[in-house]
This record gives sequence, C-alpha cells and structure tokens, in this order.
Amino acid sequence: MESVLKGRAHTFGDDINTDYIIAGKYTKTLDFAALAEHVFEDIAPGFAKKVLPGDIVAAGRNFGCGSSREQAPIAIKHAGIGAILAKSYARIFFRNAINQGIPAFLCDTGEIEEGDSLLVDLGKNVVELPDRGKIIPLTPLSPVMLDILREGGLVAYLKKNGTYLLSR
Amino acid sequence: MGKTAAEKIVSAHVHEEVKAGDFVIADVDLAMIHDTTGPIAIKAFEEYGRKRVWDPSKMVIVLDHATPSPNERISNLHALLRSFASSQGIPLFDAGEGVCHQLVVEQGLVAPGGLAVGADSHTCTYGALNVFAFGIGSTDMSGVMLTGKLWLRVPGTMKVEFRGAMPEGTCAKDLMLHLIGKIGSDGADYLALSLCGETVREMSLSERMTLSNMAIECGAKAGLMEADEKTFAHLKALGGPVPKPLWDDDDADFASQVAIDASAIPPQVSRPHSVDSVVPVTEVTGTEIHQAYIGTCTNGRLEDLRIAARVLAGRRISGNCRLLVCPPSRKVLTEALAEGIIAQLVEAGATLLPPGCGPCPGTHLGVPGDGERVISTANRNFKGRMGNNKAEIYLASPATCAASALEGKITDPRKYLRS
Repeated sequence: MESVLKGRAHTFGDDINTDYIIAGKYTKTLDFAALAEHVFEDIAPGFAKKVLPGDIVAAGRNFGCGSSREQAPIAIKHAGIGAILAKSYARIFFRNAINQGIPAFLCDTGEIEEGDSLLVDLGKNVVELPDRGKIIPLTPLSPVMLDILREGGLVAYLKKNGTYLLSR
Repeated sequence: MGKTAAEKIVSAHVHEEVKAGDFVIADVDLAMIHDTTGPIAIKAFEEYGRKRVWDPSKMVIVLDHATPSPNERISNLHALLRSFASSQGIPLFDAGEGVCHQLVVEQGLVAPGGLAVGADSHTCTYGALNVFAFGIGSTDMSGVMLTGKLWLRVPGTMKVEFRGAMPEGTCAKDLMLHLIGKIGSDGADYLALSLCGETVREMSLSERMTLSNMAIECGAKAGLMEADEKTFAHLKALGGPVPKPLWDDDDADFASQVAIDASAIPPQVSRPHSVDSVVPVTEVTGTEIHQAYIGTCTNGRLEDLRIAARVLAGRRISGNCRLLVCPPSRKVLTEALAEGIIAQLVEAGATLLPPGCGPCPGTHLGVPGDGERVISTANRNFKGRMGNNKAEIYLASPATCAASALEGKITDPRKYLRS
C-alpha cells in the first residue's frame, strides 16, 4: 500500500447501503469488471464512467450498511476507486473493504466536497485538502485491520501467516 | 461486574474470559454460504492452495437466492457450488429446499451458546436460539473455511426489553419495525442486541426469529435471546449440537438499555427507501399498492401464512394488486398445504412461488414495474432492492400485507382480524 494516496473526491451522504453500491440483480457473477460497470448505479447513474483511477469515495455515516455482499467493495475496487473515507462504516462492509485490500479509513468527511483534490497521508494519519488548506485527522485502524491492509487483503495475509495474528 | 451473553458466548469460543472491546480469535461452530456469496468465498479459498476446508461437517451450502436458476450464468454458479460441496463433503440444500436461515434453524444445525457465521447479513436470525450468529463477507468466510476461526471485536450489548402483551393485529414484525424506527439504521452499530422481556418470553420461536432477523437493520452484530423451554423443545426433536445456553448477568455492563411497551404498539409500516422510516399503519392507510409479497427469512413461516390466511380466507384480492406468497422452506410449504392454508391463499388470488429468497433482493421473480408500489414482509426496502430503482417498497407484517392485497392499498389489518 502506498503511504500517500491522491485522488479526486466523490461525495456521498449517510446510510449508503450495499444495494446502492451494487444492486442485487448484478451480484450473480465472478466477472468483477462487469460488476464495476454498475457501481452506485441506482443513486449516481453513470458513476463508473466518471471515475479516474485512484479517485476517492468520501461518505457520511454508516457507509455500506445492509447486505454482507462483498460484491459491493469489489465493485468499488474494480471501478478504480483508490480509497474510501467515511464518518462511520457498517461493520460487515468495513471488514470486506479491508479484506479486499481497499484503503478504507474513518474521518470527519463533512468538509469534503465533490471534486476536491485529496491527499491521504498514512505516515501523518491525515487527509489533506491542498486546494483549500484543510487538514483532517484520520482515526487509526485497529492493528489487525492495518496488518491485513498492509498485506493487500485477507487472502494475501492468510497465505503469508496461515492464521490470524492479534499480538504484535 | 457480571457479563453479557455476547461476552460469555465469545469467551467460550476463545477459551478465555474476554470482555466488550477485546479483539479475539474465536472458534466457529457453523459456517453457511449461499449462491450469492459462496462462489466468491470458494474462489478466495482456492487461492490458499489447501485441498480441504477445516471441517466440512461444520459447513452448509444453500442454493436459495436465485432458484430455480433463471439463466445459464446462475446455473453455472449453482453447478460450481454443488461440485465444491460434493468434493469437500459439505452438506448442500439444493434449489427449492428453502431459505438458508430457515433451513439452518429448521434442521437443527445450531444450538444455544453456539457461534455461527454466515455469508449473509441476516445470519443474526439464529440469535433467537441463543446463538451468537452474524453475517460476514465472502473473503472472511474463506478464512473460516481455511482455519475454522475468525477474528472479531467483542461487541458491547444494548439491552432491549419488551413489556406487555401485543394488541390484536400487532405482530412481532411490528415490534421490530418500531424499535428500528426508534433507534435508527445505525442505532446499534457494533453492538449486540439482547432482546428480552415478558413479550419475547411469550412469543413462539417463529416470532422470535422475526425479531432477531432484523437486528442487522439497526446495525447490530447479533440479536440474542435467552434459551427457554420453547427453544429446547424445538431442538429436542432434531438432535443437533449440544445446547450450552448462556445469558446476561443482571449486573452485566450494558452499553445502553431500551424499554418498549408492546401493548401500546399498533401495526407499523416502514416507508421507502429506508427501513428506519417507520410509522403506524394508520398514517399511510390508503396508499395505492400494486404488489404484496408474503415470504422471506423474516416473515414467511407457518404462523405468518396462517395469519395471512385468516385475513384472506373466503375473500378475493383487489384486481389492481398481485399477491406473491413464498414459503421459506419445503417443510413450511408441506405443513401449510396440509393445513389447507395454501389453498385458501391461492383461492384468494395469491401466486405461489417456490421456496427461496429471489424476490426480496431482486435476484429472481416478482420484480415490480416503474412507479409501482410493493408492500412486503421482507426486511429491506432500499431503492432498487427488488430489482427496480423506480419502484417503492413498504415493509409490514404478514397481516398488514394480506389486508393491503385485499384492498389494493395499504390497509390496517385489524378490521379483518376481529372475530
């Protein structure tokens, strides 16, 4: 994982559920590029076409609530999104995103606006908005989630470690 | 300081005393996957290069989200699951057997004090049997398939006490919709619910499952209940795992406590497009409805079909409204046939669907048209949920859905239930 992530912000509100991220009717596939074409389709038509690689989703509270479908973070990842920021996550989605190796962090996203240039600095644990001179602190991930993310996701983590390691 | 049921059950699966907030690695007693989440879990598992899952007898695979298969793409995913089950020796319930959560309970695959995970968010349903059960994603499931374990943060507990008797016409669904409306869609985020009180004790197992099933709709990790003679009577007939029931100590450290007077709650309706947008049925009475749906892991069981039949028997649904009925298992379908309920529903104008989950998440059958309104016994009403983002979904009890089908508009069921 890069220690500095740069991208444009795509903003979303509170309670964005996994049905909104990827509708159930598209979930029956192992073709992840096909999933990505429909990401956020029901609430932001045309979203997949607007994304540039490395763009960042900035959402409100309870992002990813609803279903356990991992197709949701998979669709976000394969659409080219480089990181997710949210005020809070629904528990299952948060784990799924990290397990997919998507940098997903907690911070106060209230001041981030659509199209803002964002710089997520993992060394300093902050999000910078260089165009507006703002700096937002990130809430640190739990050590186990950070370890999984550093390996690029749970599959790589378990291939390396064989099991879960909590003590560091 | 005492402990909560969640702390006790997790402690028993970590083999040391743990408390809310601790990060632990817990043993898993049962792991369930289905046809939406299973293929990705299997694909991830195969990357580990291990031939066998940790314990095939502790896994179950259910084909229920698009059954019988509507197209070749899904048929091929079903074939992948059948082939994996067969090569690993994992029990599989094939298309038409029923909905995963109904089958896990009906077949006695979980017992009080157990820890179960499912690659489905409504796995919390088994909390009604005092099982610490929750949904996980497919990659987390691949880790369980590899190790038999999962890391987790022990949740705090919100104690929810229901007091008083439910009035005529009010169902378990109405109590849970009321709770979700009261605390909001993330009101119990990262918490376990302890659902308790005299109202819950008086409920059947089926009603209790309706409450626990919707714990996730307020963000809860689990919807736990105390095991009692009704739980044990259910298990006794099935001979599943040995029950080791555990419950909250009176002096446990609860994160929060909520008390609800069930006797004061009339039938409730959740409005589009958010489950926590809940009002009494009287506030939306008269809203035109084009399709009513009775089924799902929330509310399709025998008692649910019985109350629907009580409303519908000898009457005929509105000519402007379709009624879909989907029993959640072959067993429920068989029992409802034997009782004559299915005949009553079909004679009233219902279309009977094969046991499964397809219509609820919009994966198969019953997709509404543009601008149409559905009233459903399911657990989610997000925009696009049933397969069309230009439709609206209201959630309600089986009684309210049946009464609404009769009139073609949202209808207070109480007028059809008075004897």
